[in-house]
Amino acid sequence: MQTRTPFYALVAALIILGIGASIYRGIEHDVPFVPGEQLKSWSIDAKVSFRAKGEPVEVSFSLPSDPAFEILVENTTSPGYGLSIQDTDQGRRAVWSVREAYGNQQLYYKVTLIPTGLQRNPTEQEAPKVRPVSWPDTEADVAQQVLADAWERSANNLSFANQLMQLISEQNRSQNISLLLSNYSPNSLFIKLLKEQKIPARIVHGLHLEDQRRRQQLEPYVEVFSQGHWHFFDVKRNKQTRPNDLLLWEREDSSVLDVVGGSKSQVNFSMLQESRSALSTAIDMMDPKSFDFSLYQLPLEEQSLFKGILLIPIGVLVVVFLRVIIGIKTSGTFMPVLIALAFIQTSLVTGLVGFLLIVACGLMIRSYLSHLNLLLISRISAVIIVVIGIIGVFTLLSYKFGLSEGLTITFFPMIILAWTIERMSILWEEEGVKEVVVQGGGSLFVATIAYLAMSSVWVQHWVFNFLGMHAVILGLVLLMGQYTGYRLLELKRFKPLAGDKQ
Amino acid sequence: MMFAHPTALRQKGVLSMNKRNIDYIARYNARKYYQRVDDKLTTKQLALEHNIAVPELIGIIAEQHQIADIPVIISQQSGFVIKPAKGSGGKGILVITNVDQGRYFKASGDEITGNEIARHVSNILSGLFSLGGKPDVAIIEGLILFDPVFDGYSHEGVPDIRLIVFKGYPIMGMLRLSTHASDGKANLHQGAVGVGLNITNGKGLHAVQFDKPIEHHPDTGKNLIDIQVPDWDQLLHTASMAYEMANMGYLGTDMVLDREKGPLLLELNARPGLAIQIANAQGLLPRLRLIEQLKGPTPPVAQRVDYAKKHFSNYADF
Repeated sequence: MQTRTPFYALVAALIILGIGASIYRGIEHDVPFVPGEQLKSWSIDAKVSFRAKGEPVEVSFSLPSDPAFEILVENTTSPGYGLSIQDTDQGRRAVWSVREAYGNQQLYYKVTLIPTGLQRNPTEQEAPKVRPVSWPDTEADVAQQVLADAWERSANNLSFANQLMQLISEQNRSQNISLLLSNYSPNSLFIKLLKEQKIPARIVHGLHLEDQRRRQQLEPYVEVFSQGHWHFFDVKRNKQTRPNDLLLWEREDSSVLDVVGGSKSQVNFSMLQESRSALSTAIDMMDPKSFDFSLYQLPLEEQSLFKGILLIPIGVLVVVFLRVIIGIKTSGTFMPVLIALAFIQTSLVTGLVGFLLIVACGLMIRSYLSHLNLLLISRISAVIIVVIGIIGVFTLLSYKFGLSEGLTITFFPMIILAWTIERMSILWEEEGVKEVVVQGGGSLFVATIAYLAMSSVWVQHWVFNFLGMHAVILGLVLLMGQYTGYRLLELKRFKPLAGDKQ
Repeated sequence: MMFAHPTALRQKGVLSMNKRNIDYIARYNARKYYQRVDDKLTTKQLALEHNIAVPELIGIIAEQHQIADIPVIISQQSGFVIKPAKGSGGKGILVITNVDQGRYFKASGDEITGNEIARHVSNILSGLFSLGGKPDVAIIEGLILFDPVFDGYSHEGVPDIRLIVFKGYPIMGMLRLSTHASDGKANLHQGAVGVGLNITNGKGLHAVQFDKPIEHHPDTGKNLIDIQVPDWDQLLHTASMAYEMANMGYLGTDMVLDREKGPLLLELNARPGLAIQIANAQGLLPRLRLIEQLKGPTPPVAQRVDYAKKHFSNYADF
């Protein structure tokens, strides 16, 4: 007896591969595991306006770069301006330019962002260099006192920054702080003090996201570098945690907007919260150029074709299970799957009624054909034509009576129906009505179960979006092919054998 | 309770359909020899080469145009059987027991017209009864004059003896008796009665119809357990010889007892059914395992039959 280890290894490999690929797809490509999942997205309009002086104009506007938000779509409206999006040391920037412009100018940048849920900034290898700061004589001593004060109450860079922030934003601040704040804004004082202590820190500009707000401005915040990460500080509110609805627009310590050749420049933001399908979002985010075995790259028509085709493995799995494990007899091995596919188009009840009507009519006509002494091929062909006729008549009748469900009857596979009628008719002659009912009923039962499985939203979502599931199905089918145990119906069949113990 | 517990069946050694397919048919029956059992014409020719008696061959219809010759072929017969060479499950077998001045009658007394016979043969040739619908050949055989010992046990049909032969050893047997429900056919799923037989002496053990144990023939009311199959040794030998002939490890042999010719091999089956276990009230697995653990070359037929008679005498042994 040969060992079955390689077989089980293959099955295990298929199942692990399939599940692994599906999990990878879910996590890496954000394909939702749950069908119909909705995602909140933010649609943000930035309006840059300024007064041009009739000179060449160059506008450099920083673009959002925040690990907590992913850019889904972005576009700009800027009639007459040349545009380039540049990746610079100061982050990503949109640069608009025009040779000559007069009067009020408006440039628009529109972006759709998806929250990623990542609040922590990515690790950076090197700590940024800190340039030494210089203080005017009057402030130097005071600054040193403040630093010493905070230093005493802290254990590391982060807690030092925290202490410093508290000193600056306290309600009744010390005289030292008050003196310094007369010359600096809280943020710049905070940064200057940190830099004095050789701790890297920078100003960042964030946008508070709130649905349906217009004419919003960026607000400055501070990020302090410690142990490989930038940490967020809201000095104004004396907070160290970053709110979820804060989008960091500019993080590279540079200006948000630079306008050359214009004056009175300003930028306003308006925003709108939208909810969209998580699935289509994930598809939109995929890089179409990357090598990825995905059906989304196909034209829509082929995609919907594949949606149907990829259901067949589920139907086949159901058939294998019901035959091998349960032991239900069907007429024609995979006929139930094809009937179930037709049920998907017609809906279950219409499909069942239609199927029974066609087969019943077909059987009546077939019983006449059997008197004609025809060759098998011509008889089957005749049955096919008759089936088409029956379908035509039923479609017309249901149209006349205004039963729109009846029109879907055309989705039945005619060749399969013809063979079903032929087989049932032979079965009837050979083994009687009982066997026809058993096998026909078994087929319809299997078809119904297969239909219920294939029409499930979950199943449809999984087989199309997680192709790895097909490896799992293949593994399960192979595994069931090795099942040597009793079928459920055999337990009933062989019941007399178990009963008498002698 | 409707269902038996799987462990109860396992203890009884009941062979399941899946296990039969995977562990016995797939392992012991080589694909290349299937034709020997699936094509009854080949079986017949092989049987004759091996000196195994078979029903008389009257004619073969291989082409549609030969259908016109049927009346000539059967003109001398008082009864005959038309069957597809590659039929399965007893499908397509037409038994004419009485020919009276060009009129044909089935065992049930129903008349069959010449046209109907022609249509039936045409259907056979078109492959209606063969696996996968492949074109087929119709065989016309002589009617079996069945042994009167079974009078009263069989209704309108020939009782046949099914023996499961595993690696040349006859391991389990049953007598299949047609009933009114089975329309004269000896297939259990069509309603024939199966009587389990003691391998040692051919005596009846248990009886079953539609997978349910019964004691009396549903049509004639005779007690089925009393049955004693004659020519039992020769039946065992014939069945055992089919192993060398078909080269199949797991084989079902179907035989009939002819009044004049004795046991005749009707057909072989590479996928014999499992109902024989119910008829014997005994699982096949213990017997299969006993044979499986035998080592060395296959002994000659007589030795195999002796071994089987010795070991499979009493079904309660295992």
